[in-house]
Amino acid sequence: MSSLQFDIAHLLAGSLVLASFMMLYQDRLYALLNVYALHATVLALSVAWQAYVQQAPHLYVTALIALVFKAIIIPVALHRIIKRLGIHREIENAIGIGLTMMAGIGLVALSMVVMLRVTPSADALAREDLAFSLSVVLLGLLIMVTRRNAVSQVVGFMSLENGLVLAATGAKGMPLVVEISVAFSVLIAFIVIGIFLFRIRERFDSVDVQELDRFRGERR
Amino acid sequence: MSIDALSTILLIPALSAALLAILPGYRLTAKLNVVAALATFLTSLSLFVVEPVSGQYLLMDDLNKVFIVLTTFVSFTTSVFSASYIQHEIETGRLAPAFLRFYHAMYQTLMFAMNLALVANNIGLMWVAVEMATLTTVLMVGIYRTHEALEAAWKYFILGSVGIALALFGTILVYMAARPVVGEGLDGMVWTVLVKHAAQFDPALLNVAFAFLLLGYGTKVGLAPLHAWLPDAHAEGPTPISAVLSGLLLNVALYALLRFKMMLAVNSAAIAPGPLMVTMGLISVIFAALMLYRRRDIKRMFAYSSIEHMGIIVFAFGMGGPLANFAGLLHMTMHSLTKSAIFFAVGHIAQVKGTQKIADIGGLTVTNPALGWGLMLGVIAIVGLPPLGIFMSEFLVVSSTFARAPWLTVILVLGIIIALGGLFLRIGPVMFGEPKGKTAPAEASYVPMFTHLGLVLMAGIYLPPVLVTGFQNVAKLLG
Repeated sequence: MSSLQFDIAHLLAGSLVLASFMMLYQDRLYALLNVYALHATVLALSVAWQAYVQQAPHLYVTALIALVFKAIIIPVALHRIIKRLGIHREIENAIGIGLTMMAGIGLVALSMVVMLRVTPSADALAREDLAFSLSVVLLGLLIMVTRRNAVSQVVGFMSLENGLVLAATGAKGMPLVVEISVAFSVLIAFIVIGIFLFRIRERFDSVDVQELDRFRGERR
Repeated sequence: MSIDALSTILLIPALSAALLAILPGYRLTAKLNVVAALATFLTSLSLFVVEPVSGQYLLMDDLNKVFIVLTTFVSFTTSVFSASYIQHEIETGRLAPAFLRFYHAMYQTLMFAMNLALVANNIGLMWVAVEMATLTTVLMVGIYRTHEALEAAWKYFILGSVGIALALFGTILVYMAARPVVGEGLDGMVWTVLVKHAAQFDPALLNVAFAFLLLGYGTKVGLAPLHAWLPDAHAEGPTPISAVLSGLLLNVALYALLRFKMMLAVNSAAIAPGPLMVTMGLISVIFAALMLYRRRDIKRMFAYSSIEHMGIIVFAFGMGGPLANFAGLLHMTMHSLTKSAIFFAVGHIAQVKGTQKIADIGGLTVTNPALGWGLMLGVIAIVGLPPLGIFMSEFLVVSSTFARAPWLTVILVLGIIIALGGLFLRIGPVMFGEPKGKTAPAEASYVPMFTHLGLVLMAGIYLPPVLVTGFQNVAKLLG
């Protein structure tokens, strides 16, 4: 692999981590969705580049799914859901933005230390990809725990899943990558189409998970 | 791929799921559901007669044979219980008939997903199957569409998805570890190939992979720090689903974990997975035992009891060795049978009394003797009193590990005793207190419940030698 190919792959994977950071500090739902669309586009580019570098045409399918389904259909659908539900645009963060960013930096450092240390024998590209994708996964988890709004938790989960797709494509020659990305898309479609959001809306007049928490625990 | 018993136990639920999604009328579909589950169970029994050959995608060995037979049997009895449970729900208007078509299709889809996870010889396929099982149960937990049911489903969905995502990361890492040895492509995910070559894998990568797999599949097993979804999902969903969740789905996740444990055991340089599992198991036992004391909801109480028992099972498998593995397997079987029997009883009781609150249910042995004594027998079994099967398996767990780790075993016994106190304290007034609530006779199907309890009683008194040798072979396989 030429060093240019490596650099571009590195750049794209790094941008994905950066996009995850951008999602951390968004405090409006629409802005969060736009950054998520960017996140998915970067993923699609990164997967397409891997497909080209590894000469694995089936990965183009995964890239196409990422581009069409995750970067266009899902954000548009969520936009419409938010509009139709008329939910407030502010996202309440459980922790302050400064603290969240610090935690995010810590998580990225952690994943670099863990992954780079345990994969000395793997080739450089796969190593970097794994480290970056673990960062994206952990940042996705962080988004999920710092948000109280159901829509932004789903967005956090989708960014986490993008990290997994990055890891799966980085592992050269891994079978079932396309199938797994389809399985994940089905999973996401299931929620986003609105089974939960609509029902939650119907019952609670809000998609704020904190409303749900009132019913937490046992009925007294 | 030719059609053999292995593909048949996948085809029957898949086809019946499609059929049940189309057919109207809940009486017919409930019967068809039972027939499909029975057919799957009978097919799984044929595995003992003709052993199918493992291929690249499907696998058959002694370990998953035990799991498959247990899964298909409990799904069959649960479908019988479900038919009478559902009829009551329709009559009281808690479920609309339109939802039932969905319910039965989902039931068979869940059976398909669990069977697929058990027979998959490919760790990617296994992951997809566990994800599918999670998704179907999420939809079933939320089926009542009440505040509580939706919250439970949402919580289960979010925590389950995170677990599933971590498990996938672990799976990818296993592939990364395998790639330099077995080469690129499909072989890197075929379990039989992986376990053959695991000794040459990079141990550091395997360690990290197992950490992710333990967290991921451990969430689905309901191990203590990751259990938060489990009590809600059990309490708010329809009771047949609680029975399947506790009795089967937790086992399926545990099965996935055991497969990876077997793989790590081959590689001597990798960390021993045992101590990690022992620690999580013990934390689950103690935590769940203490939580039993403050329960107000009867289904939630038995959900915590499931966490406790999964803890005991994971502890036994974590200790390893032929005896402890044997004890763990036996305990798993006994727990599945007993806990689903308890949920059968609890489901009918909640229907008769119209509530799940422990405070509002009283004097069951007087008002509904068959249900009351059935549940009492189940509780006596689940706390581990002789002569029932769980006493025997718990005794085996304790005696097989005491010589090796006396202090850990003392903690385990303490947890079991605390749980016994908690369950009896809560269940006492329900059984023998002043009669409370409605006293209408139950239109229950007692056959599934008493079949399970009868089997547990029989296992406590006499274990057939065939079963013993079968379990011993599996225990040896687990190492």
